Amino acid sequence: MRNSIGREIPENIIMDRKLYEGEFSMNSTVAKAAPVIKPVNPGESKLLDNIEEAIVKCGLKDGMTISFHHHFREGDYIQNMVIDAIAKLGIKNLTLASSSLGSVHKPLIKHIKDGVITRITSSGLRGALAEEISKGLMEEPVIIRSHGGRARAIEAGDIKIDVAFLGAPSADVYGNASGTGGVGNCGSLGYAKIDALYANKVVILTDYLVDFPNMPASILQTNVDYVVKIDKIGDPAGIASGATRYTKNPKELLIAEYASKAIVKSGYFKDGFSFQTGTGGSTLAVSRFLRDEMIKEGIKADFALGGITKQMVEMHEEGLIKHIFDVQDFDLVAVESIGKNPMHHEIDSSMYANPHNRGCIANKLDVVVLSALEIDTDYNVNVMTGSDGVLRGASGGHCDTAACAKLTMILSPIIRGRIPCIVDSVNTVITPGDSIDVLVTEIGIAINPKREDLIERFKNVNIPQFTIQELKNKVESIVGVPDNIEYDEKVVAIVEYRDGSIIDVVRKVK
Amino acid sequence: MERLRRTMMFVPGNNPAMIKDAGIYGADSLMFDLEDAVAISEKDSARFLVHNAIKTLNYGDTELVVRINGLDTPFGRNDIEAAVRAGVDVIRLPKTETKEDILAVEAVIEEVERKIGREVGSTRMMAAIEGAMGVINAYSIASASKRLVAIALGAEDYVTNLKTKRYPDGMELMGARSQIVIAARAAGIYALDTVYSDVDNEEGFKREVELIKQLGFDGKSVINPKQIKPVHEIYAPTAQEIRKSSDIVSAARAAQKEGLGVISLNGKMIDKPIIERAERLLQLAKAVGLYKEGMENEE
Repeated sequence: MRNSIGREIPENIIMDRKLYEGEFSMNSTVAKAAPVIKPVNPGESKLLDNIEEAIVKCGLKDGMTISFHHHFREGDYIQNMVIDAIAKLGIKNLTLASSSLGSVHKPLIKHIKDGVITRITSSGLRGALAEEISKGLMEEPVIIRSHGGRARAIEAGDIKIDVAFLGAPSADVYGNASGTGGVGNCGSLGYAKIDALYANKVVILTDYLVDFPNMPASILQTNVDYVVKIDKIGDPAGIASGATRYTKNPKELLIAEYASKAIVKSGYFKDGFSFQTGTGGSTLAVSRFLRDEMIKEGIKADFALGGITKQMVEMHEEGLIKHIFDVQDFDLVAVESIGKNPMHHEIDSSMYANPHNRGCIANKLDVVVLSALEIDTDYNVNVMTGSDGVLRGASGGHCDTAACAKLTMILSPIIRGRIPCIVDSVNTVITPGDSIDVLVTEIGIAINPKREDLIERFKNVNIPQFTIQELKNKVESIVGVPDNIEYDEKVVAIVEYRDGSIIDVVRKVK
Repeated sequence: MERLRRTMMFVPGNNPAMIKDAGIYGADSLMFDLEDAVAISEKDSARFLVHNAIKTLNYGDTELVVRINGLDTPFGRNDIEAAVRAGVDVIRLPKTETKEDILAVEAVIEEVERKIGREVGSTRMMAAIEGAMGVINAYSIASASKRLVAIALGAEDYVTNLKTKRYPDGMELMGARSQIVIAARAAGIYALDTVYSDVDNEEGFKREVELIKQLGFDGKSVINPKQIKPVHEIYAPTAQEIRKSSDIVSAARAAQKEGLGVISLNGKMIDKPIIERAERLLQLAKAVGLYKEGMENEE
C-alpha cells in the first residue's frame, strides 16, 4: 500500500499502524500512559552493589523492554555493560528502546545473534551495527523514531519501558541524577527524563556518587528505583568535546553563507525571532554568519533550540539570544553554561518536539537549519540511509523541527564525492517535502514551489536561484545518473513519523 | 575592456575534489597546476584529470589556465597537447627566463592547434617570472607573443635566486614587482602578483593586496578560496571613486559635444590621463556590478 507521499509500505508491516497522511493529520485526543511503580518506604536503601543485582531486583524477564539514553554519544559505556550483564544472566528476547545507537554499540551485534535483543527502536543507527541490520541481521524490523516521536510513543504507551537503565554523570544514593557535577559530564539529560517518568523500573548508574541531595537534579528521586555506582559511565572525550569548532572547509562555509543570507532575506529575520541550527559543518557555521547580521541589524533572538554548542552559548552570553532550550549538549562549554546561566534551560524530548502534548517548543520555532544525505525533487529528505541504501544516520529532531518551523532550510552540497545529493527519489524518507521550504547548496538555492510567498520575496534577492530540477540536472551533468540500489523484499527498518504513522521503510540491501 | 583577472586560484591538478568545486568560489581565473603541485609519479594522471575536467565541467565565465611542466621535462609537450585539446583558455609557463622560452612553447601550441583544427592563436599564454634573468628580460618576455595575456611573479623561487628570503613588508620583491608591472604595461598585457602562503593571516594578506594594487598589478594569485573575497573587495571601486569618475567622464563627454578642447571640472583642469583612468574605473565598476550607465543621473 502507498502512503500519501507515494512510499510503498508492505501490508504485513502495516498491521494495525496508520500510514502517513500529512504533517499534522493525526490530531485526535491522546490518552497518556503511566508506569506501574513500587513505593519506597522510609529507611529503605536504593544503593546496589553492581549491575547484576539491579537487573535481578528489577525483575527483568524474557520479552521485556529496556531503555537507555544516548547523551554519552560515542563515549558511552553504559549500554554495552548492562546488556553484557543481562546476557550473562541468560535473559532473552528483549526489546531495546534506546534513544539512539552509535558505532560504539557494535557489541550489540553478538547479543542480537544470541537472541538477547530481538527488537529495537532507536532514532539512529551507525557503524557496524547499522550495516549488519541493513544486511538483515534481525527478524523484526527496527523502528526508527524521531526524538519527538519517541517521546510521543513513550507517553502514549506505544513503547512500554519495563526497565530504564540511565547513566548519570552524578547522582546521590537516593537517585537524584544530574548531567553535571561529575567527571564525564554531558549537561542536559533531556532524552533520559522521559524514560524516568514512564518506565516501570528506573536504575541510575553513575561513576560519581555525591552526598544527598544532589540538587538541582535532572531526574528526581521520586522516579528512581535503584542506584548503582560503577567505575566509569563512559569516555569523557567521547561524551563531550572540549569545544566545538566552526568548520574551515571552504565549501561548507560557502553553503553556510548562502544560508545565512537567505535567512536574512526570508522575512523571518526580525527582532525576537527564534532559531535552531545543526551542531557541525555548514549547519553550525550558519550561526557564524547569522551572528554578524544580528549584530549589524541590532536583532536579538528570543530563543535558540536544540543540540547546544559553544557557539550558541557565546551568542547567548553576548546578549544575542535571550533563552536557550537545551535537549542535548555537545561540548563542555555548553555543559558549563547549563549549570551557570539561568536562561539556559534543560528540556526533555517531549517539551522539545513531541507533537502530541499541549505544545512543544518546536511549535514556536521560526527558523531551523538542517542537513540532508539526499533530497529528492519533491523535497523529501533522507538523513538515514546512505547512497548505498545502508543505514548510517539518525532521524533525530529532523522531521519534528522541519514540520513545526516557519522556515525550514536544508543545507547540502549538490554532490558528495561522486554521489548525487539531489535525486529523483530518496532512498528513505525521514522528512516529507511538505516540511521543507528552501534547499541551500554551494551553487545556490532552490525554493519549494509550494512556498509562492518565498519565491516572490526572493525575486530580487542576489542569490543564485534554481528549481530543484535544474539543480538535479547540474548534478547529473557532472556525475551522470547512478543505477538504483537493489533491495530485497525484507524490511529491516520501519520509519515512523513523529505522529506514529509509517512514512517509509528501509529494505535489506541485496 | 578585457576580462577581469583580479584573482587566479591555484588548484592542484591531481585533486579531483578541488578541481570539481574550484568554480564555485568566484575567482576570475582558475589555474590547474600540473607542475609543482604534482609529484612525478602522478604527472600523467593529473594531466588526464585536468584534461577531462576542462572538457566535462562547466566553469561558466571563469578563465581556465593550465600550468604546464617545462619543455625541458618529459611532461611539458604532453601537457600542452592535453590542455589545448581540452579547450583550455590559457597555457601558463613555469619559470620563464627569455623570450625564447615563450616562442618554444608557442610553437608547440600552434602545432597542436593545427593538428586538431583549433583556431590558431585561440590558446593564450601566461608567463611566470621566477628569477633574476626573467626580471631583466621582463619586457622582452612580455612582448614575445601576441598570445601572451599576462606575466606573473613567482616570489618563492625568485627570492631564493636573489639569495634572500620573503619578509612581511615585501621590500625584497620591490624590484621584481616594479619591473613586472612596467614590462606588462609597456607590452600592453596584465601583471599578476605572487601567492600569499599564510592563509590564516588575513590582515597580512590584505596589506599585501593593498600594496600590489597601489603598484599597479591587475590581480593576485590565491591558493585558498577564502582569499578571493578580500582581493575583490580591495579591488572594488568605492562609491566615492565611482561618483568622481562618473563626474569626470560626464564633463569630458559634455566638453567633447561642445567641441571644447580643454575640459575642466570644479575649477580644475582634467587632461587625458585623468579621463582614461576615470573611464577604466567605470568599466571595472560596471564589471563588478557597482555601476550602470546613466547612474550619474540618479540621486
